[in-house]
Amino acid sequence: MKRIQWFVFLVTIVAVLLTACGAQAPTAAPTKAAAPAMAATAEPTMAAPTAEPTMAASKLEGTVLIDGSSTVAPISMAVAEEFQAQYPDVRVPVGISGTGGGFKKFCNGETDISDASRPIKASEIEACQKNGIEYIELPVAYDGLAVLVHPSNDFASCLTVAELKKIWEPEAEGQIKNWKQVRDSFPDRPLSLYGAGTDSGTYDYFTEAIVGKAGKSRGDYLPSEDDNVLVQGISGDPNALGFFGLAYYEENKDKIKLVAIDNGNGCVLPSNETVSNGTYQPLSRPLFIYVKRTSADRPEVQAFVKFYLENAARLSAAVGYIPLPAEVYPLALQRFEKRIVGTLFGGETPVGVTLQELLQKEQQK
Amino acid sequence: MSTANLFSENAEHLRRRHLKGALLAGLAFLAILLAIIVLVTLLIDVFVDGLPWLRPQLFTNFPSRFPEKAGLRSALQGSFWLMILTALMAIPVGIASAVYLEEYAPQTALTRWIEINISNLAGVPSIIYGLLGLGLFVRGLGLGRSLLAGALTMSLLILPIIIVASREALRAVPPSLREAAIALGATPWQVIRDHTLQYAMSGILTGIILAMSRAVGETAPLITIGALTYIAFDLRGPLDIFTVLPIQIFNWVSLPQKEFQRLAAAGIIVLLGFTLLMNALAIFLRNRLRQRW
Repeated sequence: MKRIQWFVFLVTIVAVLLTACGAQAPTAAPTKAAAPAMAATAEPTMAAPTAEPTMAASKLEGTVLIDGSSTVAPISMAVAEEFQAQYPDVRVPVGISGTGGGFKKFCNGETDISDASRPIKASEIEACQKNGIEYIELPVAYDGLAVLVHPSNDFASCLTVAELKKIWEPEAEGQIKNWKQVRDSFPDRPLSLYGAGTDSGTYDYFTEAIVGKAGKSRGDYLPSEDDNVLVQGISGDPNALGFFGLAYYEENKDKIKLVAIDNGNGCVLPSNETVSNGTYQPLSRPLFIYVKRTSADRPEVQAFVKFYLENAARLSAAVGYIPLPAEVYPLALQRFEKRIVGTLFGGETPVGVTLQELLQKEQQK
Repeated sequence: MSTANLFSENAEHLRRRHLKGALLAGLAFLAILLAIIVLVTLLIDVFVDGLPWLRPQLFTNFPSRFPEKAGLRSALQGSFWLMILTALMAIPVGIASAVYLEEYAPQTALTRWIEINISNLAGVPSIIYGLLGLGLFVRGLGLGRSLLAGALTMSLLILPIIIVASREALRAVPPSLREAAIALGATPWQVIRDHTLQYAMSGILTGIILAMSRAVGETAPLITIGALTYIAFDLRGPLDIFTVLPIQIFNWVSLPQKEFQRLAAAGIIVLLGFTLLMNALAIFLRNRLRQRW
């Protein structure tokens, strides 16, 4: 009897301790838990790389594991679907852990490709470096962030970046609560705000572009990670102002109204053309995939990435995003073929850069 | 004060008490009405959106970017095997723990402390179990983002529910039954096997139904341990990567296209059917067991 008691006691202590660890250090525990065990962890679930050196189309097999941003996921899923139709023995699963969550797993060596709706951050670069994970950064499409109001709103058809900053900066919290405070000619009506939740890459990008500092904004707005919820909110509130991905506007044109953005060169409405040619600024952002350097040598990963860049233009448009200018895809493919590792952005979120220039400059070196 | 006066006062008092009783009954009825209205509205909304999309392809096809071709095949496989593995691990351990705590364990400060902990564990947010599973099973034991790691995590999640419910059921068995068996010379194990557990089984199964229904609808812990969202191939075994119904539904709900939201509604109907089927099985078993006594 005594012995059983002790055993139960120990088991409970261990269980309680483990639960407590999980609760108190959610970020530290996973990364520190078992870095050396990682290689063993990742392997059993993923079929081992094929020993076959030939790249014969039908012979390819294995698993290309993708995880990361929910914004990029629809593109990766579409590419995966088409790719698997052509190479039925290659398995391409896609997970959605968010850009940050995806990089956490990627830099732990658990995934082959990480979807990202912003470039890799300094802290993530460090994490990857610590685990010896090198990566090839490849742009795949553009996403426009749309600023939206209720359809009955006939005064705010165009807002300047300065006005948006005035509305969204942290100092506005509890201060800017009326449309009249935004611009004198606006009516005296309360202002209610809707936006992406603080965990999303969308939020990081919007705050960087508008407020000037990623992740800094007022807190008194209605946040949601689900853009459909934001559509519902804005379409039901005549005083609403909000922002989310352009793809969600396309599907709800009758319920909400787009606001043009003035970045000093006149008012520009977001559209496929204005996002793609870089005139809709600063709210156009590039979307990326990050390929693990060591995975890139596996034939099935090679074939998949090549297929991705060759079909990204068509497939990103099909799922509601905006293709990069046609010249960028071959440049990105060259970058992959040459296995150029590292990021073009040095851990920052770029606003208003053209990928063409960046990629061209790099490859002339 | 005359007797007549007293009598009328009493009648007045009685009338008021009856009125209070009726009022309470009315409030209780309103409460159930409210719950039912919410449920029915939800169901109608889901069925109106989802029924036209409830087609054979939904069960046989993998997810796709074309809503008319998209299906739940991989998610159904994942949920089905996840539930089986979870049940295999959680139910025996849960019932055994309850039997030990209720029938064998001496009432000491230590067992009371364990009891309190188990009750508290039943209230821990599921995402915490996800983090535990990620650290312990996915990375610690090296199971990776596998179905087995998911099932182990889910087992931990529902164990407290099963233990608490099973203990309640065991406690409800009158001591006189145990004493009668002991008086006839049965050993403690014989008493438990042939009497206590038999009588408690319907209560235990109710607890298991509740626990399994919770597990089948969980998303957060599975996403944490690395369950995937898009899988277009069949499950190969317990160590393979997987996805489940709620994750697939959540993914469809969050897509911009209207058709996917209707598809999500169809997915919700399938998940409801899945849960009902599981519960029906448990209720069937419960009734079978009841007839045997």
